[in-house]
Amino acid sequence: MTRLLHSLLLGLTLGLWGAAAQAVLTIEISQGVEGALPIAVVPFGTQSPQAMPEDVSAIIAADLQRSGRFSPIAERDMLSRPTEASQVNYRDWRVLGVDNLIIGKIDVTGPDTYNIQFQLLDVLRGNQLTGMSVPATRAQLRRVAHYIADQIYEALTGERGAFNTRIAYVTATGSGKSKLYEMQVADSDGFGPLTIVRSKEPLMSPTWSPDAQKVAYVSFEKRRAEIYQQDLRTGSRTKLASFAGINGAPSWSPDGSRLAITLSRDGNPEIYVMRLGDNSLTRITQSPAIDTEPTWSPDGRSIVFTSDRAGGPQLYQVSASGGQAQRLTFEGSYNATADFSSDGKQIALVHRDASGQYRVAVYDMTTRRLQVISDGRLDESPSFAPNGRMIIYASQAGRGVLSVSSVDGRVGQRLKFQQGDVREPSWSPFLPR
Amino acid sequence: MRAAWKPLMLVCAVALATGCSSMGKKSEGDVAIEDHGMGTGTDMTQGIGVGSGTFNGMSIDDPNSPLAQRVIYFEFDSSEVRPADRDVLTNHAAYLRENPQAAIVLEGHGDERGSREYNIGLGERRAQTVRQILELQGVGPQQLSTVSYGEEKPAVDGHDESAWSQNRRVELIYPGR
Repeated sequence: MTRLLHSLLLGLTLGLWGAAAQAVLTIEISQGVEGALPIAVVPFGTQSPQAMPEDVSAIIAADLQRSGRFSPIAERDMLSRPTEASQVNYRDWRVLGVDNLIIGKIDVTGPDTYNIQFQLLDVLRGNQLTGMSVPATRAQLRRVAHYIADQIYEALTGERGAFNTRIAYVTATGSGKSKLYEMQVADSDGFGPLTIVRSKEPLMSPTWSPDAQKVAYVSFEKRRAEIYQQDLRTGSRTKLASFAGINGAPSWSPDGSRLAITLSRDGNPEIYVMRLGDNSLTRITQSPAIDTEPTWSPDGRSIVFTSDRAGGPQLYQVSASGGQAQRLTFEGSYNATADFSSDGKQIALVHRDASGQYRVAVYDMTTRRLQVISDGRLDESPSFAPNGRMIIYASQAGRGVLSVSSVDGRVGQRLKFQQGDVREPSWSPFLPR
Repeated sequence: MRAAWKPLMLVCAVALATGCSSMGKKSEGDVAIEDHGMGTGTDMTQGIGVGSGTFNGMSIDDPNSPLAQRVIYFEFDSSEVRPADRDVLTNHAAYLRENPQAAIVLEGHGDERGSREYNIGLGERRAQTVRQILELQGVGPQQLSTVSYGEEKPAVDGHDESAWSQNRRVELIYPGR
C-alpha cells in the first residue's frame, strides 16, 4: 500500500514487474465456430482436483477454441474420462464424432511444484500423435497449459501455435485529475496482467522487441511526447527520443537493431529510423503531410506507414532506407494503423467503411484487396498474433474490451477487463523456446 | 496542409488592414485573399483596435475578460480556425504582444475516432495553425510552444458528435493561471 501511494504521488512508477494488477476477466465467444474440427480435451487426472490452483485442461481447451480452428466438445457429453492411453476406448470418441483426443494427468511433486503429462491421440487410427511430460511451478501452470496448447495446435495444423505469447496494452482508469494510465503485459488470453508503467499522463503505442524481452512506448510523463524502451525482466528503462514536437509510433525492426519512429522536429510528422546503440537518425519520408505509424515488413526491407498526403489517411510503402513511397490502399477514405502478418502477405489496418464506422480490415499484399473483419463502430489498433492466424484489437465503444478475431473474421472472442478503458493491444512475437 | 492555409490567408488580410508589421510581401498581390477575407477583417479591426492600447486594462485572471476564452474548436479532420475563433486569437495575440514576457502552451487535441497516432498528428497540426496565426499577429515565437495529446486527453467523455465536437480543440494554456 505504501508502495502504491508512493507511486501515485510520483505519478509514475518504474519496473513494477511482479506486481499483479487487477485480474481480468471473462471470455465471451461472440461468433460461432462453423467449420472447426471437433476435439475432446478430457479433464486431466490429479490426486486432489480441489487443490489445483489452475484448471490446466480447461485452459488448453479455451486456447484451442479461441483459435477458431477447433471445437472442443462439452465435458458433460464425454462417455468416459481416461487419463492415460491404456484407458481409452476409442469407440466412445468415434460415436461423438471427435477426431482427436487430449488426455493427461498432473502429479504433485512437491509444495507448489507439479508434473504435467499429456497425450494427443488420433481417434480414427487409435495412435498417439504427440505427448510430453512438463514440470511446472505453481506460478508457471498457466504458461505450461498455453505451451501444451501450442504443441497440440502445431501437431494438428502443421503451424506454430501462438497461445504461449503475451499482449501489451494500455489501460486508463478514473477521470479528471485522478486519471491513471497503466501499461500492462498479460498472457495472450488476458490473464495474469502485470503493470510495467503507471502514470498520471497518457501512455501510448506499446511495441515489442523481436526477442519479446523489451517494450518501447510513448509517455507524456514530462507533459510532452517521449519514446522509451523498457526491459521487461529488470524494469529498467531508457529514453530514446525527446525531440521538439511529436515523438511517437515506435516500431522495432525485425532484426532488433533499429526503431522506426515518428518525429515532427523538422516541422511536421515524418518517419525516421533510429539505429539503437548510438541512436543515430535517418529520415525516411519527405512530405508536408502527416506521415506516421511506421511498421516494418517482416523481411526488414520496407516500411509501411500512414500518410494524408493525398487528402485523407492512407497506407504507403517505402524502402527502409527511404526514397519514393508507393500508395497501397485506395478503398475508402480512411485507412490507417498498419500491422504486418509475420509472413508479410497481409496487413491488418483500421478502415472507415461507407457508413462511417471504423473497423478492422485485412489487406492482402498480393490481391491488393481489403476485407473487413470486425463489426464494431470504433474498432482500432489491430495487432497480428505472431503466427498470423489471429488479430487482437480494441473496441472503443465497449469499455474495457479487447477483441480477438480469426484472420478471416469468422470467429471472434472478447476479453472483458474489469475496469476502465483498455486500448492499443500489441501481440508479442514468439517467446524464446 | 490544404485546409490549414485558408485561415492564415484570412489573418494576413486582417493584418494588411491593420498595418501589421509581420505581413509578408507575397500576400500583398493576392487579390483573392482580400476579396475573401475583408468582411471578417473589418469586424475584427473594429472590435479590437490593435495597437491602440485597448488592452491595457485587460487581465488574464478576469473571468469576464475576452481572454478567459481559451479553447478553439475544430471541424472533423480539419485544422481550420473558424471565423468566430479568430477573434479569440486576436485578443490573445494583443495581450501577448503587450506582455512579451508572457508565454503560452498550445495544446492540440482530437476526437476519439480512428488512429491514435494519426490523431496526435492532427492535434499538432491544429496547434501549429493557431501558433502561426498568433505569430502573424506579432506574437514572438519564443512566447509560444505546442504539444499534441491527440485523443488521449478528451475534454468530454462520450462516443457521439456532441462529445467529439468538444474534444477537437486547441487549448491556450497560460502556465500557472
